[in-house]
Amino acid sequence: MDHTSTLEKVIRGILLALVVIFFMFPIFWIFLMSFQTNESILRIPPSLAFTPTLENYIALVTGQMKTAAGSLQLNFMQNLWNSVLLSSASVIISLILGVPAAYAFARFKFRLGEDIAFTLLSFRFAPPLLVLLPLSLYFKTLGLTNTYIGLIWVYQLICLPLILWIVRGYFEDLSPDIEHAHRIAGYSWFQTFRKIAVPLALPGIAAAGLLAFIFAWNNFVFALVLASADKQPVTVGALAFVTASGIQYGQIAAAIIFSIIPTFVLAMFAQRYLVEGLSLGAVKG
Amino acid sequence: MSQLSLKSLSKSFGSFKVFENLDLQVANGEIVVIFGGSGTGKTILLRLIAGVEEPTSGEIQIDGEDATDIAPEHRNVGMAFQNFALFPHMSAAENIASPLRAAKASEDKVMAGVAKAAKLLKIDHVLGHAPRELSNGQKQRTALARALAAEPKILLLDDPLRNVDAKLRFEMRLELPRLLRQSGATVLYVTQDYKEAMALADRIAVLAGGKFVQVATPEDIYLRPANLGVARLFGDPSINTTDTVLSADGRSVTLAGKPLALAADHASHAGKPVTFGVRPEAVSLVKSGIPAEVMAVTPLNERVVLLLTAQGGWELLASLPSSAASIPDPGSTVHLAFAAEGTHLFDKATGERLHG
Repeated sequence: MDHTSTLEKVIRGILLALVVIFFMFPIFWIFLMSFQTNESILRIPPSLAFTPTLENYIALVTGQMKTAAGSLQLNFMQNLWNSVLLSSASVIISLILGVPAAYAFARFKFRLGEDIAFTLLSFRFAPPLLVLLPLSLYFKTLGLTNTYIGLIWVYQLICLPLILWIVRGYFEDLSPDIEHAHRIAGYSWFQTFRKIAVPLALPGIAAAGLLAFIFAWNNFVFALVLASADKQPVTVGALAFVTASGIQYGQIAAAIIFSIIPTFVLAMFAQRYLVEGLSLGAVKG
Repeated sequence: MSQLSLKSLSKSFGSFKVFENLDLQVANGEIVVIFGGSGTGKTILLRLIAGVEEPTSGEIQIDGEDATDIAPEHRNVGMAFQNFALFPHMSAAENIASPLRAAKASEDKVMAGVAKAAKLLKIDHVLGHAPRELSNGQKQRTALARALAAEPKILLLDDPLRNVDAKLRFEMRLELPRLLRQSGATVLYVTQDYKEAMALADRIAVLAGGKFVQVATPEDIYLRPANLGVARLFGDPSINTTDTVLSADGRSVTLAGKPLALAADHASHAGKPVTFGVRPEAVSLVKSGIPAEVMAVTPLNERVVLLLTAQGGWELLASLPSSAASIPDPGSTVHLAFAAEGTHLFDKATGERLHG
């Protein structure tokens, strides 16, 4: 590392810049779009010179969308709240169910253990649409259509396998000797799980939780079919911007900025726990 | 009454048998060293006793009661792991305190217990450190302190000196017997270092091939090994061996073309093919005896080790005190005599030591 030539540094800098531009440019462009009116967005050629307006954000917050054809009712803030509620509730439930299950799969050999774990993973194989048709019939019968509980339940299909398999790997990486030592010191297996296994696997649990949250947040099709407007998350809610009188690009952009924020904040917060190395030096070799 | 006893204890993983039908009685306060090479199941045996693994069959009795179904947290054992197994997210002090806290001791008692164990193991100055900030020696001491803290009746030590440097190992080998006696616990100590075993043990149980091949005092193991395998495991340099045949009267063997009279009478085994074994320390240089050529001379502190070749190509080592009158030069011819105490005959077929 000490002997990188200037040329290497320059090339590395250019390559890194290219990658950053490639990934960040759309977000940057959307950010700009969110402060523009539809007219200035659709101007050809596009230009960076525009008078910024907060109109889009105001429309989202107040729920009044002004289109060429008149004013429309918007549900966006409700959608945003739904997204937060659905995603966090399903991740929390998945963590409560998935972390102990992951521990069991990692530590104990039991009959059909591998089969059950694999079945849970296989939920992710099938295209969601395949499950949706029978599911919507069941939901109608059970009265779960258009309820938070029903959606959170379905979201387990997304979150649970993810959390289970990621966290399981982290538990398997922990030395069983540390847990054995804790048992021998006089603690029950549940105390050992709580005080040793979970704290040591916390980086993994945080990573899995964050990933599950993002997947849940970005889900579209479950809520589209199983819920109506008042329970739908932002992903589905964004459809409202495609109106009879045209697509409201400015408001879509503002909506995207709004909907990035919770995930962004969560990722910033979880980063603290994502730092690994907590278990380094505990067990030799 | 024995504090700990194993009754035909067996453990297998699938079709792989680790050991079978182990029997062992350990008296109160006794230090028994489980000795054996890698992969002989020593660690698994300790885990079975600690209760973190279940035996395939057989019984573990603690204080005369069947403990096989008792959970590890209720067995009142302490264990130090070869890899230390400290809790990485707790300070050294909290590590040591954990068995005391589990026993719901008052905060004063916890503090006193930690202080006592730390003082005993000389780690008072690092109590506030996290495990990753400790040296290997300190980690090992912390692990020992944790095992000792709650004053368990049975202490299981799994090769605790394996991962520490040579100097510290030597120091600990001197310190440990006192420490273990002080604790008053019944100790099962696993090692694959025969010097450690000899230094610490009241009795040594040699585990090989899935069973205890010999359970005896260090002295017995060294002077009266049950078989050739045990004789080879104990001693450095290890025992010299050569194949020969017992004479018709059972009183001598032929070595390097010359008959050698035996101290003991082996009449019952007369004419049997045997393995003759002699410890390097039991070889001495005399005026007339078995002739051998000196191939190399290696001084090792207080001993000098000679590599010799006797007639017929038998290579053997002799370990002489450095103070010996004359150390021969390489290339010279010497005559050897073997002290009866370090000389053994083993059945060539079974490897068992033949008794006189």
